[in-house]
Amino acid sequence: MERFTVHTGLVAPLDRANVDTDAIIPKQFLKSIKRSGYGPNCFDEWRYLDVGQPGADNSKRPLNSQFILNEPRYAGASVLLARQNFGCGSSREHAPWALLQNGYRAIIAPSYGDIFHSNSLNNGLLVIRLPEAQVDQLFHDCAAFPGFQLVIDLELQQVRATDARYAFDFEIAAGKRERMLNGWDDIGLTLKHSAEIAAFESKHLAAQPWLA
Amino acid sequence: MTGRTLYDKLFDAHVVRTESDGASLLYIDRHLVHEVTSPQAFEGLKLAGRQPWRKSSMVAMPDHNTPTTPGFTVITDAVSRTQVETLDSNAAEHGLTYFRIGDMRRGIVHVVGPEQGATLPGMTVVCGDSHTSTHGAFAALAFGIGTSEVEHVMATQCLPQKKSKSMLVRCDGRLATGVTAKDLVLAIIGKIGTAGGTGYAIEFGGDAVRALSMEGRMSMCNMAIEAGARAGMVAYDAVTEAYVQGRPFSPRAEQWDAATKHWRTLVSDVDAKFDHTVVINASELIPQITWGTSPEMVVDVNGRVPDPDREKDSTKREGIARALAYMGLTPNTPMNEIKIDKVFIGSCTNSRIEDLRAAADVVKGRRRADNVKLAMVVPGSGLVKAQAEREGLDKIFTAAGFEWREPGCSMCLAMNDDRLEPGERCASTSNRNFEGRQGAGGRTHLVSPAMAAAAGIAGHFVDVRRLG
Repeated sequence: MERFTVHTGLVAPLDRANVDTDAIIPKQFLKSIKRSGYGPNCFDEWRYLDVGQPGADNSKRPLNSQFILNEPRYAGASVLLARQNFGCGSSREHAPWALLQNGYRAIIAPSYGDIFHSNSLNNGLLVIRLPEAQVDQLFHDCAAFPGFQLVIDLELQQVRATDARYAFDFEIAAGKRERMLNGWDDIGLTLKHSAEIAAFESKHLAAQPWLA
Repeated sequence: MTGRTLYDKLFDAHVVRTESDGASLLYIDRHLVHEVTSPQAFEGLKLAGRQPWRKSSMVAMPDHNTPTTPGFTVITDAVSRTQVETLDSNAAEHGLTYFRIGDMRRGIVHVVGPEQGATLPGMTVVCGDSHTSTHGAFAALAFGIGTSEVEHVMATQCLPQKKSKSMLVRCDGRLATGVTAKDLVLAIIGKIGTAGGTGYAIEFGGDAVRALSMEGRMSMCNMAIEAGARAGMVAYDAVTEAYVQGRPFSPRAEQWDAATKHWRTLVSDVDAKFDHTVVINASELIPQITWGTSPEMVVDVNGRVPDPDREKDSTKREGIARALAYMGLTPNTPMNEIKIDKVFIGSCTNSRIEDLRAAADVVKGRRRADNVKLAMVVPGSGLVKAQAEREGLDKIFTAAGFEWREPGCSMCLAMNDDRLEPGERCASTSNRNFEGRQGAGGRTHLVSPAMAAAAGIAGHFVDVRRLG
């Protein structure tokens, strides 16, 4: 995965609770056997006025001008502000792929669907939990100040206003943080413990041979 | 020593090592694989020059994309076909246990796993699908994972996992006739909310759960994820044991005795402490039906569409108003006056033999209402289909104007040709009523199989117990 240390970027707001992964990337795009190409179909049903199909030329499709993320002021946003339970529902990893490939590096919300949360960190998409009141303030500032940016600092575990008017600390599991900071391969790290896994396995399967 | 929960026992028995930040490396016993979330994982494995760690842990089958058209032989959608063929070749290359199209044993992975005995008590079970929580019904620790994790399990047989908090949902009393496990789990989601279980592993317990069949327990654990919990589970008992015995992957002879001796310990100790407990009086419950675009948006069948003006919280108010606009519903409309266009009986929640029997009981000797354009019944597996046909259920459905289909995920997520058109309203036994879930612009109401069947006969929602 791509390393994540400190990122400064334009913030875009998506002010609704329980945004599910079906909304982030609809099912017809899950037929692809690739890891790439999902960006233009991120939030497809809200973003366009027609129904998207895999392989269609998305640049020719009619945009939904009512969808907030289509507003010109949010073009190029790389930080997404969201509400509670963002990414609930389906385990499709195509959701963080679509968000990343649509340009987002970080998401800030009060809470997330569990599977989406781990999928995102596994792909270098930094999902940050902040208390409701702080998220409210960010939504407010995002609406009030065109071009509103935030500094996302994984080293200091901090979300900061670019003028340093405020800084909010966030929590992240130490192991996940280290992996993201270094862009390490998770599988490679686990395989360092191959001998331990093999030892566990042989004991486990000997005790319960019906599992083998 | 204080007592341990079932979740403690399952988790602790699979810990290979624990890191300084509290994350554990968890050993995985069973890995179920389907066509949608595996191709990138197999590709990643190949690119890194790795091999699956323990091939015998993997059981694979296509289910999401497969057509349900009776007697189909080819998948006409080229993109879907490629995805299924990719699984065909990955399974062949690695020599995996594989139920291909045409194999009687093929079906929805969460129906087939238990049916084959590939899901056993005490196991850790993963699959690149959020409804893997289903398998927790067997006193197993089962949860959905993403594609990176699918690759991780293939390559290492392990997953880095942090232990969740534990929640007991105790269902006291006994469900009334005509009220099912589906109604119970919908009511639970309505009570705790779709994020109520986030960060928790839920154990469903209490007399009402003990009285359920394995099919009913699977329906409940299946929807644990709709309450936000990655894993749901039910303690082992005689019902579990009777279901598991004699299945193709189940232990036999002397291994059976050793296995059952171990499995009988797979219950929460009486003095076990849960981080949170929720109590439901199941005896008072009546059939449930969702009105909105989140499974927590649920009411009694006798209830009404909610009025956003009565909601004080502004985010919730806007959420209700947005859901009603999408669903094309007017506040305060009685639920049983809402007319439907389609019926879907199927999905990993409700496509097992007991579900089909319950639906067939309702439609027997009746006809689909004229305003219902399509009522489809999609068995969960080829074996469920064959069993239903032996019992004559297919004839009951077709005589009532319900279509009898081939097994698969079908219109639960509409990756194949089975879908709602924009604006169509569906009584569905599936698990998600999200916007566009059953087709762009489609409107889903989640109900039990009996309630879906009753709506197909009446043409609108109706309390199945009053159908007469």
